[in-house]
Formats: sequence, C-alpha cells, structure tokens
Amino acid sequence: MIENAGVKPAGAITPACVDEQGRLSGFVHSFEMGSAVDGPGMRYVLFVSGCQFRCLYCHNPDTIKMHNGRVMTVNSVIEEIDEYASFLRFAGGLTISGGEPLMQAHFIREILYLAKHDLHLHTTLDTQGFLAAHLEDEWFDDVDLILLDIKHIDPEKYLALTSKPLQPTLDFARRLSAMGKKMWVRYVLVPGYTDDFDDVEKLADFVATLDGVERVEVLPFHKMGEKKWEELGFEYRLKDVQPPSLDLLKRVIGQFRERGLYTC
Amino acid sequence: MNSLETTDSGLQAWANFKGSEWQQSINVRDFIQHNYLPYTGDDSFLATATERTRQLWVEISALIEQERLKGVLDVSSDIGTSITAHKPGYINKTLELIVGLQTDAPLKRAIVPNGGLRMVEAGLQAYGFELDASVKEAFQRYRKDHNQGVFDVYSPDILACRRSGIITGLPDAYGRGRIVGDYRRVALYGVDFLITDKRREKSELDYVVFSEEILRSREEMSEQIRALDELKQMAASYGFDISRPAATAQEAVQWTYFGYLAAIKEQNGAAMSIGRISTFLDIYIDRDMKAGLLEESAAQELIDDLVIKLRIVRFLRTPEYDLLFSGDPAWVTEAIGGMGEDGRTLVTRNSFRFLHSLYNLGPAPEPNLTVLWSNSMPRGFKDFCSKVSIETSAIQYESDDLMRVHWGDDYAIACCVSAMRIGKQMQFFGARCNLAKTMLYAINGGVDEKTGVKIVDGFAPITAEYLDYDEVVEKFEQMMDWLATTYVKALNAIHFMHDKYHYERLEMALHDRDILRTMACGIAGLSVTADSLSAIKFAKVRVIRDEQGIAKDFAIEGEFPAFGNNDNRVDNIAVWLVETFMEKIRKHKTYRDSVPTQSVLTITSNVVYGMKTGNTPDGRRAGEPFAPGANAMNGRDTKGFIASGASVAKLPYHAALDGISWTATCTEGALGHTLADRVSNLSNCVDVFCDANGFHVNVNVLNRDTLLDAMEHPENYPQLTLRVSGYAVNFIKLTREQQLDVINRTFHLHF
Repeated sequence: MIENAGVKPAGAITPACVDEQGRLSGFVHSFEMGSAVDGPGMRYVLFVSGCQFRCLYCHNPDTIKMHNGRVMTVNSVIEEIDEYASFLRFAGGLTISGGEPLMQAHFIREILYLAKHDLHLHTTLDTQGFLAAHLEDEWFDDVDLILLDIKHIDPEKYLALTSKPLQPTLDFARRLSAMGKKMWVRYVLVPGYTDDFDDVEKLADFVATLDGVERVEVLPFHKMGEKKWEELGFEYRLKDVQPPSLDLLKRVIGQFRERGLYTC
Repeated sequence: MNSLETTDSGLQAWANFKGSEWQQSINVRDFIQHNYLPYTGDDSFLATATERTRQLWVEISALIEQERLKGVLDVSSDIGTSITAHKPGYINKTLELIVGLQTDAPLKRAIVPNGGLRMVEAGLQAYGFELDASVKEAFQRYRKDHNQGVFDVYSPDILACRRSGIITGLPDAYGRGRIVGDYRRVALYGVDFLITDKRREKSELDYVVFSEEILRSREEMSEQIRALDELKQMAASYGFDISRPAATAQEAVQWTYFGYLAAIKEQNGAAMSIGRISTFLDIYIDRDMKAGLLEESAAQELIDDLVIKLRIVRFLRTPEYDLLFSGDPAWVTEAIGGMGEDGRTLVTRNSFRFLHSLYNLGPAPEPNLTVLWSNSMPRGFKDFCSKVSIETSAIQYESDDLMRVHWGDDYAIACCVSAMRIGKQMQFFGARCNLAKTMLYAINGGVDEKTGVKIVDGFAPITAEYLDYDEVVEKFEQMMDWLATTYVKALNAIHFMHDKYHYERLEMALHDRDILRTMACGIAGLSVTADSLSAIKFAKVRVIRDEQGIAKDFAIEGEFPAFGNNDNRVDNIAVWLVETFMEKIRKHKTYRDSVPTQSVLTITSNVVYGMKTGNTPDGRRAGEPFAPGANAMNGRDTKGFIASGASVAKLPYHAALDGISWTATCTEGALGHTLADRVSNLSNCVDVFCDANGFHVNVNVLNRDTLLDAMEHPENYPQLTLRVSGYAVNFIKLTREQQLDVINRTFHLHF
C-alpha cells in the first residue's frame, strides 16, 4: 500500500491536544466564509496554523508557527461552520487548509468526521501530504476531495523551494490514486523557480499516471504575501520575482492539457 | 364596454390568442397568463447582432461620445415639451426598425417647465444654453409651476431641514417620477379601446356627490383622455395608426415604445421605468415565429433596436441634481423573469433577449435591467444572468419570492427597488432623510453639528462625558419623531402640488382609475448609525465638545461589532432602526391617504449625505461618504460577501416595502478559477441571499486597477458599466468624488 514501506515516515504529527476540560482542541489561524477558489463551489475555509515547510513563495507565512493560532475545541469550530451549513450543503462545503492540516491530524480527523456525519458537508483537505504516511487509510474516510499541492517535481529544487524532501508527497499521490480518492492537483507557477519547461513536462507526466485527478490548478504566483513576511520580520526572498505572464501561464496549462488533464 | 373581438382589426390582432377575460376589460396579466410560453432552457438559441444593428449602434455611439465631451449635446430650449411638441426625429431613418425620439433629434434634450422654470434655467445655463424668451414669459406670467406651488406652502421647519441637509433630494423642483404606466396596454388594446374605457370610468362618477376628491379624479381622467389623443397624434406623425391593437411583433414593440415615449416626452421624472414588457412581447414574437414571419435573428433585432432607444433617454438636469443622482440616469427599469402565482416561471426567450442586448450592443447602464430572482427559476436562466453579471456588471437582482407575496406576479420596479403592481399602483416619491444626522441632532439637542445653528426647538443636548446607550436611544427616538413629522409634511406639500401643476397625464392614463398609492419615504446612513450605536453600546464613546458645547468629535475606547459581519449584536440595532423609523412615519396623515412605506436606498447621494454630516460616534470622519443603501461601511465588512449579505438580509422587508438596496463588488478571481465555476458560484450566492430573505443585490465583478485606469483614460472605457445603489452608471460619467467612493468601497476578494 505505502511504497517504501519500512522506511520511517517523514516528520512528526503533533500529539492530540486537549483543553482544561479534556476536550479535543487545536490551533486555528482563521476562518474564511465564501471562498470560491479552494475546492468545488463556495467553501468555508478553516485555516489551521502550523507547517514544517518554509516555502519561499508562501503567501500565508503567518500560519507557519502553530502557536500563532488560537486554541479552539472541535465543537466550537463545528458551531462556527454550522451557521452557514445550509448554504454550504447546496453551494459547496468545508475546506481545511493551513498551515499544514496534517500536522494536527487528531484535531482535523474529528472535525472532518463531524462535518461529514453531523453537518452533511462536502469536505476538502488542502495538503502537501508530507505527513500522510503516518496515517491509516481510514483516516481519509471523511475526506471527499484532496487538494494536493505538488510544489515541484525535481527533488533538489523541491528541497530548495520548501526546505523538505519531495518523496513523501509523491508517495502520498500514488497512495491516493490506489485508494480511489478524488484529487485536484495544485501547482504554484513562480517564474524562475517552477516554470522550467522540462520540469513541468515531468510533473505533468507524473500526474497523468494518477487515477482520480479531476483537475489541475495552475496558480499564478502573486505577491500578496510579501507584506506579511516583512511584518513577521522574515526576509522575503522573492522580492524581485514578478507574477507570471499570461503567455507563460497558458504554456504551462497547455502542458498539462496535452496529457488529457482538465487544467485551469 | 364594446369588446374589440367584434371588429376586424381586433380579430386580426388577437388571432390565436387564448383567454377571454382580458378581451372584455383591461387585464394585461390575464392575457399574459393565458398566452405566454415559459422557457426553461439555456442561452444557446440566442442570435448575435445583425449588421444593421451594429451600424445603428456605431452611429449613435459617435453622438454619445460627443455628448460625453460636452456634457449635453443639444437642448430644444425653444419649446416647452409635450407629447406632440416635437416633429418626428430619427437616428437614421433607413436603419431604424423601431422609431421615435423625445425631441426632433437624438440626444437633444427637452425642457419641462411644468416642473419648475428655475430648474430649467439652471440646467440650460450649466451647459451654455439660453431659455427662449416666449417660454420664459409664458411660465412667468401665465402659468404657475410645481416648484412655485411647493414653496408657496413650505413651512420654516421644512426649509431649515432642506438647508441643513437632514432631508435632501426632495422632488420639489423636478419631476417626481417613479410612476410606471402600463405601456403594454397600448399594444394589446390600441388607444381607442383605452379611451373608451377611460370614458366609462369617468361616467361612473357622473352621478355621485361632487366632493373635492371626485372632482380631482374627474379632472384627471379628462386630462388622461386628452393625453391618449395626443399619443395617437404623436404616433401618427411617425406614420403609425395606434388607435388599433398591434397585430405583429414589430408593431407590439413599436406600440409599447410609443406609450413609453409619450411618457418621457411629457415628464422628466427622476425615474422613468418601462415596466415589465419582455415576457409580454414574447407572446407576439412567438406567434409571429410560429406563423413563419419571424426568425430568431430578426426577433433579437427588434429588441436590440428598442434597447438602443432606451439607452438614449435623456433629461435636462442641473449640476446639483447630478451630485445626488450621478451619471445622467433615467432609470428605464425593465423587470425580467420571476415566477407566476401558478408556479410556472415567467422567464421566456425574450427575457434572455433583453439581457443579450448587453452583448450585442456592449454593456450600458440603461435600460436598468432588473432580474426578479426566484430560487424556483430555471437554472438555465439563473446561470445566464450570472454570466451576464460577471461579464458586464450591468444588472441587478431583486427577490421575486419576497415581492410576489406582496404584489402578485405582475408588478414592475420603479426606479431601483420600488415594486408596484403595473397599472394598479403608484407611489409618491419621497427621496430620503439622514438618520445619522438625526442621531447627532439628538446628541446636540437639535443644533446642527456643522453650522452651530439651532434647527429644532425644545430639545436638550446630552451633556455627559461618555455617551450612555439608553439615553442616546431615548433622545434619538424623540428626534426621529420630530423628523418624521417634518418629513411627511414636506412630502404631502410636494405631492399635492405635483398632482396640481405637473400631473402625469399619460402615465396615469395607463393605470386603472382606482389605484393603490404609497408614500415612499426613505432613510440614508443606516450602517453608519447602527455602527455608532454599536460603539456606544459595546465600547465606550467619549464626547469631544467645542466651546459652544457642540459634540464635534468622539473618542472610542474599546472594540465594537460593525454591521456587515453577520453579528446579531449590531445587526439587531440596524433592524431596530428600520422598524422604529417606519413606525414613526406610519403615525402621520398622508396625502391622498397613501400608504406609508420606506426604502433603504441612497442612489449616489451617500456621498452628498456624508459631506453634510459631521464626525459620527463610530469613528467616521466628517465629510466621509456614508455607505450606499443598506451596505456596510467601507472596509468594515471583513468576513466576506456571504456574511455581509447575511447582515443585510436581516433587514425586514415588511418595514421597508419600498426596497432595501445592497451593492456587492468582488474581483473576477474571487468567484472561482473558471467561468463555469464563477457562473455556478454566483447563481448559488444569489440563491442563498434570497433564501435568507435578502431583497436586492447589485453585483459588480470588477478590478480596482481597471477603474483607476479608467479615471485617467476615460476615452478608453466608453462602455465601462458598474452598479451603484439601485442603478448602473457609465463609470466615466461619475464625478471624481463618486469615482473615488466606488474605488474605496469594499472589494470582496473572497465571497
């Protein structure tokens, strides 16, 4: 099931966290009601905090540190979502993003369960899959769709871009494919970093081998995160990088489409 | 009454039409219900513009550009307007399928001295024209106008309110508008039938006690009959005999338009809606198509040609008027879609054709295309509407599910958001009063915060250092009582005089004799007032007074919830404001026993209202614009479109039956990655807003950079259209202040 079985999985999941009354809790960065770009339809997006990656282009660097979030119980999160549940049921659903949701797998698992079984929502998980090898298949039972972020296809460039190895993400992609899970593959297009023609060819080849990929989203790099980096006192290394041109964007989308992948 | 069925022309005109009630007496709704064909498909049947349409649009576009540079292209300053005052006019006679202009040339504006000679003179002067001496003499020596009549009876308190700006935009010097004639009657029955019916209505009052009310009604009906005669003459000057019913689709469009044209020749009302004609006209188009007389492209041509006419409706306004109602609007509002009481949709192919004109001719603010949205409407139409919104930002949505309960299934929208049964209801338009300033008057004991002048007697100011919520509310309620009293007095005066000196003969000829009249009051500054009360209640607000003791500024200590975030703590205050002021209006005797209503709508006057209002306890600075309509204050609705809409949707329609306006602006990307995603998401969002009892939403899908560029290079954006409170404008026609106001408004990056 998991390729390279026997190799110790990368990274570590944070232990389950409970509040003083013993209720399962987690670190939440923010909520966003009404996103139309994080899964099918209109989404309620729960951004949890904490991520092991240090992606150069991260547009939410304020979510990197888990303890920057506020502690919320599972139930209080579900109550917030419930306010919009009737709308979400016909217009979209819940998306859990971050940060990296899998870092708080205990917390997220419970939210997904309740969102699915109590609120009857379509559920989407936005992840790079780095920690997925720690989780049993059953963990994903209440996830309808995975937004799988593959940040690069070249292992060295991946490491330079994110500070972590690529292989766990590829393993997770194959595993999802084998499990029959639905996926949207997301690829952030950064000129000078992720736009190399041959790299995109390799990535598209890889994605084309997966089952269950409903869509590939090529996300043009933007600079909205720059200010946040400065506010956090970090150096923003992509200062001089501009968003991709329309021509470049079309070229990359075209490379995926050539392989029969629905790409936008 | 004689049924037309017995005459030859009637037989031909009504051939293949079903139903009988409408043939015996005037009942357009009955005709529609028996004969229209609901359409549940998508937009794939639509036809592109023909070469003829394109050429006609190019010709008129050149004139529109000249007009933009001059402000006003030309004025017919030598003739006081009437239905028959001008000779026929054309854009290009050989190209036009539907004919008729307000004067003898396109974009040449008429003067309407009945409303007020002073306004005519000011309007002419502003654009470098001069009033003809004989017209001036006639109105100075022999004829009194509406404006003079109103000022003859105004009292000092009303004048003080006008001066201070607590009540602004009253129709005391311009046509009140907001009356929708049932122009479809002209096509369905022909004018002779209508005259016969008006005579019947009048004769029913031959042998009753001649009270003032009866006498007024009899005189009005005589005027209506005269106007109908003039309508026939005007059509005859274009070569058409409209004494008989329309017999073809082209005639039905032309006859209906003639009815509307007569109305806009005679009146320069602030809003001159055309009504709800698309599904009515579809019946004629469908009949001609079945008879092999018309194909889709030709049907679209008729609608495109009509729409061109509706895009060039013009009135002569003054610069002061433009500040309130910016962008030269005429509110040629056409209500489209909705559901019938029997559960069938009222969407027809012609509903699509009207919207499709925005592609065939490019986007434009007029006619003010208004979709009567019902969650039960076919998905194909909903998605087409969403696509049109995303690609043109030119249409608005109003909840048919809310309105149908009150007004049935044959109502139209006057102006922006005012529903009325067609031919059976009218309103006395009352502009709006300034709630935020009223609250400041309560704090300052009736002294104007900007001028220091005492406007209201008998009120003590609040003297505490920190504002106490209960004390402010108590004094505010008393001040609302005073405002309501003064406001209704002013409106009674205005509409008494408007009926007397500037009566809408032709529009009322296309109504039943016995109609429902509403007194349409309005409020501005809802969110700024709700936020102020929220600050007083949930934070601490310290008053900063000048040496005169006037509260000039407020220091807020702590946080408070703002309207527009789906937070009941403040949303309930907004609901309370709407309900409370409505109650206070209801206490007063209204002219002609009209039913009091109110709107939460500002048009573009939110900018002027803001200019006239000092610092407010929510932290808004003096002079800053209010939010338009029922919108949250700029930048304070931080939780996105759905939460912002949820707050607005809580405002109760039963306490604001004249409409509640909300404008939502987002970027294209915020709606989804692909056009299909965006369309589906927007349809779902409008559905959920209506489902939550939301009443109205303007949808703008825009990009801030585009607007900034259009400010610098207006010549590159002749058709850039966007929705403001209740109507659409050419962005480049707004004043600089209003352009900045639009740009500074919340753009939802997410929904």
